[in-house]
Amino acid sequence: MKIVVLVKQVPDSGVERHLNGDDNTTDRVSAGNVINEMDEYAIEEALQVQQRHGGEVIVLTMGPAHATESIRKALSMGPDSAVHVVDDALRGSCAVATSKVLAAAIGQIGPDLVLCGAESTDGRVQVMPHMIAEWLGVAALTGARKLTVEGSALTIERQTDEGYEVVTAATPAVVSVWDTINEPRYPSFKGIMSAKKKPLETRSLADLGIDPAEVGFDGATSAVVEHSKRPPRQAGHKVTDSGDGGVQMVDFMAAEKFV
Amino acid sequence: MAEVLVVVEATQAFGVKKVTLELLTAARELGEPSAVVLGGPGAAAAMTDKLAEYGARKIYAAEAEEINGYLVAPKAAVLAKLVQSVAPAAVLLASSQEGKEIAGRLAVKLGNGLLTDVVDLDASGVATQVVFADSIIVKSKVSKGIPLVTVRPNAVTPVPAPATPIREELTVELSEADKLAKVVDRVAEQKGARPELTEASIVVAGGRGVGDADSFKLVEELADLLGAAVGASRAAVDSGFYPHQFQVGQTGKTVSPQLYIALGISGAIQHLAGMQTSKTIITVNKDEEAPIFGLTDFGVVGDLFKVVPQAIEEIRRRKG
Repeated sequence: MKIVVLVKQVPDSGVERHLNGDDNTTDRVSAGNVINEMDEYAIEEALQVQQRHGGEVIVLTMGPAHATESIRKALSMGPDSAVHVVDDALRGSCAVATSKVLAAAIGQIGPDLVLCGAESTDGRVQVMPHMIAEWLGVAALTGARKLTVEGSALTIERQTDEGYEVVTAATPAVVSVWDTINEPRYPSFKGIMSAKKKPLETRSLADLGIDPAEVGFDGATSAVVEHSKRPPRQAGHKVTDSGDGGVQMVDFMAAEKFV
Repeated sequence: MAEVLVVVEATQAFGVKKVTLELLTAARELGEPSAVVLGGPGAAAAMTDKLAEYGARKIYAAEAEEINGYLVAPKAAVLAKLVQSVAPAAVLLASSQEGKEIAGRLAVKLGNGLLTDVVDLDASGVATQVVFADSIIVKSKVSKGIPLVTVRPNAVTPVPAPATPIREELTVELSEADKLAKVVDRVAEQKGARPELTEASIVVAGGRGVGDADSFKLVEELADLLGAAVGASRAAVDSGFYPHQFQVGQTGKTVSPQLYIALGISGAIQHLAGMQTSKTIITVNKDEEAPIFGLTDFGVVGDLFKVVPQAIEEIRRRKG
């Protein structure tokens, strides 16, 4: 089974993040950049499917040149190779254009299964798997907490607000995963060493046959007009419980008309 | 005035979701709201009264078993056709997983821009979003096509505006490509009458400080007394105290209730990402240095196992 895992480099969500003042894009230069956390679960799932069913695992990333750090880190977990879509004209791309580029790259690789995280910690839009599936005309099984592969049949369990759903599709398909699906492995020393030598191919828009006018700022279907820092919340009243903390809390709730 | 399409979300147990009423309220500012019901046979009839009460001028009903038999692709296909035929001024959906997924497919089908997690949309189509753990306010707009927007629950106060909607049937014609992800089973797990987490006016959430799964009963007791939903921090979920679907924060749900009560939650930035647009925040935590106190309106430094039972008793006493 040929598996593509989508890996996105994102600014570390554990520290303060910024947008660039000039063009409202995400500041990816001064940020501490990491692999999008949910993608590590997708990599782990890909490796587990590979262990059971054989085949190869290919990391696919669209992003600026420095995304190679995250690609090498992803490879150190165990995937066989990587494709990096990198092109200056991609800066400022909207979700629709991004999905088109990724779909074109996936189309060239021709996998049976595309795995990805259910959302990125920067955009948190959650639309990429369905958008890519729409371009490719394949199934999207989203939000998996469990994936079973039997031949060309895929079955997932997905959490819903009311319980869970069991959904099936035949390969080729896109499957997105939540962090409930597995526990990602840590890269071994051997993995880190071998990641440096694994094949990493770059592809430009020309390689993918996409007109630069369809992506980036020029091709964007939505635009950020402006951004500003949200005024931080002010800390209110704090009391130390000396036996009547619960009553004081209810006093506050009553004053705010919650009880 | 131009039509504004509102895609209806409903649950088996509670019918039309509150977020749909919020969308209808927001849609009235932009044009004439038309509710779009995408569901099984008879779905629209059960919702008509509620949709009328909140100002739907028209109800488009696309009813077929096939709509519920597959993940969102059939809904997107029906909606794309409708958008092409009525040329609405905007399309509004809930910023739920399903709402976003339908919108995503629609955006690709129509080559239309998409804005998600919007908290405000003005008449000129400029949307407000809060990003990066709600630390930055972004104003954005669709630059290609019509505003296709998913709106965060609890961002708008639903206001009734009774109307008499005209019902229009939509034919459901699906291609094979719409029927690739087949739902073979739906299993109800959540019991009880607690409101849905993202829609609740009050959320009572527990963190690592709750200590174990059994002690979450205290969180539930306070929640039930207040008619609130129960949430949990990632630390509590990862420790197995409470199920994942109740997780608030970056890898879980984003909530924006009137009141958020954080019990034994220290306030990692990833948790704050999911709750800091709550209107009022109450915190109970042993550690007076816990970061969550920095955005708390009323905080109690103390043992939640003493403070919360006392608060429960006090609320019961006042209720009589």
